[in-house]
Amino acid sequence: MAYKKIDAADIRFLRNIAGAEYLFYGEQISEDYSHDELGGIKNYPEVLIKVRSTEDIAAIMHYANQERIPVVVRGSGTGLVGAAVALEGGIMLETTLMNRILELDEENLTITVEPGVLLMELAEFAQAHGFLYPPDPGEKSATIGGNISTNAGGMRAVKYGVTRDYVRGLTVVLPNGEIVELGGKVVKNSSGYSLKDLLIGSEGTLGIVTKAILKLLPLPNRSISLLMPFPTMDAALETVPKIVKAKATPTALEYFSRQCILFAEDYLGKKFPDKSSDAYLLLTFDGSSPETVENEYQAVADLCLENGALDVYIIDTEERKDSVWSARGAFLEAIKSSTTEMDECDVVVTRNKVADFIKYTHKLEHFFNMRMPSYGHAGDGNFHVYLCRDDLSESEWREKLSEVFKLMYAKASELGGLVSGEHGIGYAKKSYMAEQYGEELMKLMRGIKAVFDPHNILNPGKVCQ
Amino acid sequence: MDIIVCIKQVPGTTNVEVDPLTGVLIRDGVESKLNPYDLFALELAMQLNAADGGQTSVISMGPPQAGAVVREAIFMGAVGGKVVSDRRFAGADVLATSYTLSQGLRKMADFDLLICGKQTTDGDTGQVGAEIAEFLGLPHIGNVLAVEEIKNREIVVKVNLDSSIVRQKLPLPCLICTDGDINTPRLPSYRRKKEFNEASLVFISLEDFDDKDESHYGLSGSPTQVERIFPPEKNQEKQMFHGSGTELAANVYALLHEQKFVD
Repeated sequence: MAYKKIDAADIRFLRNIAGAEYLFYGEQISEDYSHDELGGIKNYPEVLIKVRSTEDIAAIMHYANQERIPVVVRGSGTGLVGAAVALEGGIMLETTLMNRILELDEENLTITVEPGVLLMELAEFAQAHGFLYPPDPGEKSATIGGNISTNAGGMRAVKYGVTRDYVRGLTVVLPNGEIVELGGKVVKNSSGYSLKDLLIGSEGTLGIVTKAILKLLPLPNRSISLLMPFPTMDAALETVPKIVKAKATPTALEYFSRQCILFAEDYLGKKFPDKSSDAYLLLTFDGSSPETVENEYQAVADLCLENGALDVYIIDTEERKDSVWSARGAFLEAIKSSTTEMDECDVVVTRNKVADFIKYTHKLEHFFNMRMPSYGHAGDGNFHVYLCRDDLSESEWREKLSEVFKLMYAKASELGGLVSGEHGIGYAKKSYMAEQYGEELMKLMRGIKAVFDPHNILNPGKVCQ
Repeated sequence: MDIIVCIKQVPGTTNVEVDPLTGVLIRDGVESKLNPYDLFALELAMQLNAADGGQTSVISMGPPQAGAVVREAIFMGAVGGKVVSDRRFAGADVLATSYTLSQGLRKMADFDLLICGKQTTDGDTGQVGAEIAEFLGLPHIGNVLAVEEIKNREIVVKVNLDSSIVRQKLPLPCLICTDGDINTPRLPSYRRKKEFNEASLVFISLEDFDDKDESHYGLSGSPTQVERIFPPEKNQEKQMFHGSGTELAANVYALLHEQKFVD
């Protein structure tokens, strides 16, 4: 489909809506806006607008829809699958100036925010008021709008679920410029199709979130993490289903290798408290009192010692949490800085198949002679495997990447898994999802897209297209 | 090399409230923890043991519940520890605290090296280490970044002075105070917690000391009178630089250099 190229008249019109100082075009657009953090695809928008209100966005969409100008929405640009790259040029709407926390409703346990609020700002605000916003993706500088667009998961998903579980209501600008409210502060909702849930995870292809009502929980008074070194990856990962089976409810259950620790040490310039073993599990328990947390963690600690953990280290103060979790939060960036280029596989498999999957990636690592460090949310079956280019030529890299991905996704499918656990499909993973879902499901998805966006102007070329 | 580390139990949060009427820290209901600065001292001690042999024990002065931090040090790898605890020690200022600890240390087994943290997160005076050394007649030095060499009953340390870093040689036994953030302290071990034997925790009181004169301890042994305690001002100053990329880089470099983050 041919889109309209932006001309001087369009710029004048958009400038009038957005304000001259918030509109950038051509050379004025920083290189940052041509890509996200990893997606392997690069293209500049023709115009970049730092949007400031729902009404401005509605007016811009109304115009773009009428003029057939493609529009892409971007938050902090921390996506990993190229979802916020302006494949067709056009207009990029950047939401980081819409970063107000609008309301904390303590009677309904909700917080209402604009989409440009950063996850770390939201988490800190909630905590300062005695509440917990449970979703906890590693990338704390992501915007909440971006989190909603990918249905981001993170480290507490094993106990608390993912972003979708905490979105109560959305204000959305549709591709035709109409403003709609989906859901609300209500706890229950059986009123027709859940369009709110369709919008969540749609990666900016169905509508633009301009306000979100999120659910909060009371802040648990006490949380303790445990770091457990295991002699081997097998021993560590085979313990995970046993922890699940023991009916323990850790808030986080993460796996990583010594290699990841070394990358993080290099990247952060800070030593990790223990790196004597090859494989680690990191668990967190939270609760209302020190006693309840202690009782729960002791049972799991004993179980892990029986299953080969070399020790269980107790992480009970802010300083200790920081020394461990800051490294865990930096793994992605740390691995990225260890190589020339990388791509990632964000599969999710059933929890008792995690070990099988990771062992398979090790086989691929040897067979293709390519470095593939991995870590992941072992407790929810979501793993991140990073394929490192190192000194491969461009053509070798592309060729190996494509073969490895095909094999990995086929294996994930065989293990009852899916292409993406939390990073989304965007541009980079489209073909793998289409391959797994098959034509019938893809047709449904494309049909939904066509209903929302008949002129296909909102984030074209992504997810199911 | 046998090492003793002085440790203290402090409030578990940095947001301790001060009673506006009495000026006393409100400790009731506040969780406590091992002073974070002492963790660097403990870690250094255990690294020295790992490299050169010997063992580390700890000493702490405080109410009986201060035993918790001695236990924690044992979970981290210390072989044992003493809690110096007596009602008559209560209300001690820096001088009386240092004197009390020096008396307690005389009741510990022989040691080659005494290590203290830089300061505590509650009292914040940073003087107890030096004063203990004076009472024990030991050579001492503060702000130690690293122990570079131990040879012929001498120790070479790298010391952070405000404008420079110096190397200093001290005879053993001596006392050193570590600087902050010099290492990543190891974590307490659940295995050691399970194996922990109450016998490795010893309480000592005035009756055990050489100097049993009550007037040397607690409030009566304290020449300092505290008039008022108030929370420190929160410093969240932001420095904004403006200019070209080159100018910004130069500004950032100058700041990092001044703070000794880069050479």
